[in-house]
Amino acid sequence: MPASRPVSRRTALAATLGLIAASPRRAAAATTLLNVSYDPTRELYRAINPVFIAAWKAKSGQEISINQSHGGSGAQSRAVLEGLQADVVTLALAADIDALAKRGLIAANWQTRLPDNAAPYTSTIVFLVRAGNPKRVHDWADLLKPDVAVITPNPKTSGGARWNFLAAVTWAQRQPGATEASVEEYTRRLIRQVPVLDTGARGATNSFVQRELGDVLLAWENEAWLARQEFGGGAYEIVYPSVSVLAEPSVSVVDSVVGKKGTHDVATAYLEFLYTKPAQEIIAKNFYRPRDAAVAKQYAERYPALPMATIEDFGGWDRAQAKYFADGGLFDRIFIPGK
Amino acid sequence: MTLPSRRSALPGFSLTLGITVVWLSLIVLLPLTLLALRPWTLGLEGVWHSVTEPRVLAALRLSFGIAALAAAVNMPLGLLVAWVMVRYRFPLRNLADSLIDMPLALPTAVAGIALTALFAPRGWIGALLLPLGIRVAYTPLGIFVALVFVGLPFMVRTLEPVIMDMPRDAEEAAATLGATRRQTLLRVVLPALTPALLAGFGAAFGRGIGEYGSVIFIAGNMPMVSEIAPLLILIRLEQLNYAGAAALALVMLLASFAVFLGLNVLRARLRSRA
Amino acid sequence: MTTSAAQETAGTRVMLILLTAALLIVLLVLPLVVVLAEAFRKGIPAALATLSDPDSLTAIRLTLIVAAISVPLNTVFGVSAAWCISRFRFPGRGALVTLIELPFSVSPVISGLVWVLLFGINGWLGSFLDKAGVQIIFALPGLILATVFVTFPFVARTLIPLMQEQDASEEEAAITLGATGWQTFSRVTLPNIRWGLIYGVLLCNARAMGEFGAVAVVSGHIRGQTMTMPLQVEALFNDYDWVGAFTMAGLLALLALATLAVKAALEWRIGRRGGMH
Repeated sequence: MPASRPVSRRTALAATLGLIAASPRRAAAATTLLNVSYDPTRELYRAINPVFIAAWKAKSGQEISINQSHGGSGAQSRAVLEGLQADVVTLALAADIDALAKRGLIAANWQTRLPDNAAPYTSTIVFLVRAGNPKRVHDWADLLKPDVAVITPNPKTSGGARWNFLAAVTWAQRQPGATEASVEEYTRRLIRQVPVLDTGARGATNSFVQRELGDVLLAWENEAWLARQEFGGGAYEIVYPSVSVLAEPSVSVVDSVVGKKGTHDVATAYLEFLYTKPAQEIIAKNFYRPRDAAVAKQYAERYPALPMATIEDFGGWDRAQAKYFADGGLFDRIFIPGK
Repeated sequence: MTLPSRRSALPGFSLTLGITVVWLSLIVLLPLTLLALRPWTLGLEGVWHSVTEPRVLAALRLSFGIAALAAAVNMPLGLLVAWVMVRYRFPLRNLADSLIDMPLALPTAVAGIALTALFAPRGWIGALLLPLGIRVAYTPLGIFVALVFVGLPFMVRTLEPVIMDMPRDAEEAAATLGATRRQTLLRVVLPALTPALLAGFGAAFGRGIGEYGSVIFIAGNMPMVSEIAPLLILIRLEQLNYAGAAALALVMLLASFAVFLGLNVLRARLRSRA
Repeated sequence: MTTSAAQETAGTRVMLILLTAALLIVLLVLPLVVVLAEAFRKGIPAALATLSDPDSLTAIRLTLIVAAISVPLNTVFGVSAAWCISRFRFPGRGALVTLIELPFSVSPVISGLVWVLLFGINGWLGSFLDKAGVQIIFALPGLILATVFVTFPFVARTLIPLMQEQDASEEEAAITLGATGWQTFSRVTLPNIRWGLIYGVLLCNARAMGEFGAVAVVSGHIRGQTMTMPLQVEALFNDYDWVGAFTMAGLLALLALATLAVKAALEWRIGRRGGMH
């Protein structure tokens, strides 16, 4: 973090006054891309963007700049639907891009326009616990121990939270003698362990790390690693449960916007760049699981293999969404007491 | 437009009334009217269903309940502060008096993160309360603290001028007639302050119902427990449920108006009795 | 002379004063102190580094722009409203006063929502504006509209009671002597309401710069573009930039303190006390 950048007081003051008073808009580039993304990817794209900008300059001679917008994946999808002029969306899950496709902003075949289901990297859901794992949390069953407080964001607004929820459901489904009722009962008991429900993944991480709430954070693998790095490796441990989900955060060009702005080529090139080796390297360094086999091998030690359910195991996002997260779905029902 | 019965021969009536009415209509009335029209695509039954879901009812109960509780607690607190400010002289009084408006001048988001930092389990105050088993941040109690903070200046500023204008001879007469100080306060002072207390309650309550920025960081936002109604409106918006969001917004608006009308009627009655 | 029973005993008074001091310190002073303490936790250079970050600078500039447009609009409105309400009698006058105060009883979230319902793609005018290529929500106009809505009543409600108290005879005399309406306003009315006007503008400005809920709904959260200072506070928080978030918050807290200081000076000048809501 830029916490202790050496800036003299005078420079900072001069810069402050100068920039407030003088020209608006940073270095007026002819073309500006807006990347509307989900919560944890700020550091990732902050690292990728300059590399792509340089590569694009070398290739086409064109100067571009890239703006970022971050928030809960569902909220971001809504903002684009409402007219936020995103050239590309890089969201936590395919369903949030499907929502845009259903309303005609993006071609229906978006997931086949790029390799690997249009997901340039994957991730999974892990547990982040405090140093020494004092509550001995090793698997999903341990989350129900009476003295364990679990931090997870709200699946209604956060994509990561939906993956968290599906990972929990996966474990419950794979228990001997599991039924619909037993799965519901597990999620109902799990949610009682949750003291705070943030709207986005980053808010949940902040609750766990900065406010020291809870004993376990259900988190994106990348978010868990980043938190460890930001706040000193010794303070937290990452626990890989016995089973989790294969999260595929997907990306797409927003056809209606690039058509209007004339940015189709550069936006497409930007997303294709994510699959190149330099970008995959950055992706792996930022704690996401790369698609590129060579890069994946290089970082294999950091990303252990574990049994993971995919969204297809839930019959695709449409069904998962309706069954678990829509109004009146499982997530709503488990909050109604007395059942 | 009917001709105005002018009080004076001053010019500018049509111009200023025109600006006022046009600006009011464009900025306030038109958008609110459209908001009121929006839910009905759901049909009457749909609207009813969407505002009577258990989670919605819990959020409304929370927003209105805690706002009322915080405003009620602000009555004695505000009375204490206003009384001390008006009646007593002490060092730094002017500074203290200026500070009372802090919650209104401080951006709500700043208030929110500051109160959260203070009352979180590791915060300066939160750490003191934790051994007593009191958790403030991320519980309904946190919402209560935020709303007491936001509401205090409304109560104090409503009471101050009334206390200032209150004739002291009534108190002195009571004292001369042998009433104790406590009797005087209860029988003479308090009744005279009741309309102002109610007005302050109404203002603090009204602000508290819809408050967002200072509450959202400290609330915890658990459905059925600590999720306030404005957050539920936002969540509906994020789920593209526009009609549902508008329906809930409309219920909140109507309920706050009802509360205000009720309080105004009550105040008018008290005043006419006095 | 006041008899003893007409006043609290000295002991009670001291106790009540101490109680008030404790309340004000815990509820009003500590939040300010905690913001500044967190901002300077890693020293002054770290705090200043936040302020020289381009995104933070854009946020500061955007906040100033939004206030610089919204406040004058509501000032013109407020003066107009006060003029016609205080100087003329007409049917519906009472209703008008009530309607002007309406935005105060509307939740900030709703104040943002109404503009999304009107100008969002799925709103009443959304598809029309989209075809015309006009961007309102998630851009500067949306931020201004939301801010104008929440700050709507400030100037009007400060001026209306002030002008109602003042006699119109000076103005009438000026008109009789042949002054134009504008001359009368600028030379007679304005000097009389000057301090009240500044007071109203001050309160309007404080709210305009600090608004969070309403602008959060219409912002779109584009870094370096549609983030005002209060939104930037939240964003920096989410970047794990604790110091940065509290520095930005500290800057807003200083704005609040400055507002209170000017307000205290004005109150002394006007010689009246009153709330600023």
